[in-house]
Amino acid sequence: MSERGERTRDHVTLLSIDDLVVEHRSPGRPAVRAVAGASLEVAPGEVVGLVGESGCGKSTLARAVCGLNPITEGSITFEGRPVTPLGLRRRKLTGIQMVFQDPYTSLNPRRRAGDQIADGLRTARDTSTTPADLLERVGLPRDFAGRHPHEFSGGQRQRVAIARALAARPRLLIGDEPISALDASAQSQVARLMRDLAVDSGAGLLFISHDLSVVRVIADRIAVMYLGKIVEVGRTEEVWAEPRHPYTQALLKAIPRPDGMGVLPAELPGDVPDPANPPEGCRFHPRCPFVMDVCRVKEPDFGPVACWLHEPK
Amino acid sequence: MMALDIAGLTVTIGGKEILRGVDLRLEPGRVHGLAGESGSGKTMTGLAVLGLLPHGARTSGTIRLGERDLLTLPPKELNRVRGGEVAMVFQDPATSLHPMLTIGKQLTEHMRHHLGLGKAEARAQAVELLTKVRIPGAEEAYRRFPHQFSGGMRQRIAIAIALACSPKVLIADEPTTALDVTVQAGVLRLLRGLCDELGLAVLLVTHDLGVMSAVADEVSVMKDGLVVESGPRGRVLREPAHAYTRSLLESLPEAEAR
Ligand SMILES: Nc1ncnc2c1ncn2[C@@H]1O[C@H](COP(=O)(O)OP(=O)(O)OP(=O)(O)O)[C@@H](O)[C@H]1O
Ligand SMILES: Nc1ncnc2c1ncn2[C@@H]1O[C@H](COP(=O)(O)OP(=O)(O)OP(=O)(O)O)[C@@H](O)[C@H]1O
Ligand code: SF4
Ligand SMILES: [Mg+2]
Ligand SMILES: [Mg+2]
Repeated sequence: MSERGERTRDHVTLLSIDDLVVEHRSPGRPAVRAVAGASLEVAPGEVVGLVGESGCGKSTLARAVCGLNPITEGSITFEGRPVTPLGLRRRKLTGIQMVFQDPYTSLNPRRRAGDQIADGLRTARDTSTTPADLLERVGLPRDFAGRHPHEFSGGQRQRVAIARALAARPRLLIGDEPISALDASAQSQVARLMRDLAVDSGAGLLFISHDLSVVRVIADRIAVMYLGKIVEVGRTEEVWAEPRHPYTQALLKAIPRPDGMGVLPAELPGDVPDPANPPEGCRFHPRCPFVMDVCRVKEPDFGPVACWLHEPK
Repeated sequence: MMALDIAGLTVTIGGKEILRGVDLRLEPGRVHGLAGESGSGKTMTGLAVLGLLPHGARTSGTIRLGERDLLTLPPKELNRVRGGEVAMVFQDPATSLHPMLTIGKQLTEHMRHHLGLGKAEARAQAVELLTKVRIPGAEEAYRRFPHQFSGGMRQRIAIAIALACSPKVLIADEPTTALDVTVQAGVLRLLRGLCDELGLAVLLVTHDLGVMSAVADEVSVMKDGLVVESGPRGRVLREPAHAYTRSLLESLPEAEAR
């Protein structure tokens, strides 16, 4: 894991996101800049964990990578080719699979789980694996293939969605909170399964989760997002041991510990900002305990840590 | 005094016994945490309290709310209880929210129907609730539709709707699973505060033992349709008696890495 630091342009990249801006437009209101200039790369066989505050634009970024949200500015390239908005049918052929945040709306309610997984196997031209084999791999009984989505519990639905994505043998797998409903023991099992797929077949995995303890176990690198921007990227062990951006520090401090002591985790002070109306200067400044004068006027527009306390020399 | 007393609850669907005699007691001002294996019946237990089990489900046992047994209550009275005295936040926010109505409408409909508030009054309360669950730009958010919010925001809106009628019992099924840890901290403080100040009784379903440890007073653990362990938070999390609870604690990434 340790040789993977920040990547430079001459490395082989599978996915490259450059200065991406994605806006949501709805009639009669200002455009919401959900992704506001974000850059990120994923290499073959690499697992990148994407974490950040609810509403900061993680799902929007992931959907743009799949061609499901139009790009306002910047670019996304996958295997050297630009990603363009695609119909759902063509998306299956691009080698990118996504497990959506909300499995209830992404699984077709009228079709049996087995049939939906079989679609993925057909995409990969896999005739030797059966849907039941995949269900078994994600820890479900083989006979669940005959059930419809409403007959599953929340965690069982998430596993079906993962089995379907794995069936298609993607070269890039995106998981948007893919295992949030599983219990602790199932989480580590399924997270490892996803990681193994990436490492064994040379596929990339972009793993979106708010559960930092899971990200920590499976990701090679962590990217931290705040209000449409990536504010810190780095090797997992380093970010965990020594978070540098004040937002990353707040995030790590808010993880509740299972020690049985009844301690409520620390809350981040201040209001969750509205992406339609972001603060001037550093986007985190109204809530930052270390705010300085420069932070209020000038945006720290650099990496790997977008903060005036960590300006590259 | 007991706010809600579930005793010997069984649920059978299509000949399969999904709950096999669940006992759970909720007290006012206390958070009862419910953990357990995926598929063990946590959501079904919540649905049974609200009379929202899938069609054709058969039940036995009792669910006492004051003098009444919710399992035998006529549909009309049960309707009044649901969304009034007892509210639920579902695991999947898509289930709690109507996709075609603005969130303002969904919040005020509830209040006007159950509490008989006027339009302006309901609106003011709705905006206050949205602020409480930390939705940015609450005034403006009021007019938006569910799909225009992120997953985590939808869950917070669902919590606001559940709280709209000042319930006595709140069943929250994985309410913070879709939230990042800083926003989660806010929601946990909100739930704890409602318990302490308003005497709300909460059944908090969560697989996150960190969350459990932060807010639950009592902890119960389910497996295969049964409660296998129940007791005070500190005892269950530090000296678990059942093998499954022990295995849950041991599988935490924390336990591995430290
Ligand atoms: N409509 C249905 N028909 C038949 N079986 C069902 C139906 N809905 C759920 N089940 C089954 O009932 C069991 C209990 O489901 P429930 O949703 O209560 O689990 P849970 O404990 O909430 O799990 P999770 O943590 O994954 O949400 C599961 O094994 C599930 O497959
Ligand atoms: N269709 C839409 N129309 C308008 N605004 C939208 C739409 N979808 C998302 N947004 C807004 O864009 C922002 C980013 O949303 P996104 O779903 O990408 O967040 P997220 O990081 O995935 O959050 P979460 O962790 O809660 O899922 C939010 O402020 C949200 O309200
Ligand atoms: S740039 Fe300034 S306000 Fe922003 S995170 Fe760094 S110290 Fe805080
Ligand atoms: Mg999301
Ligand atoms: Mg459930």
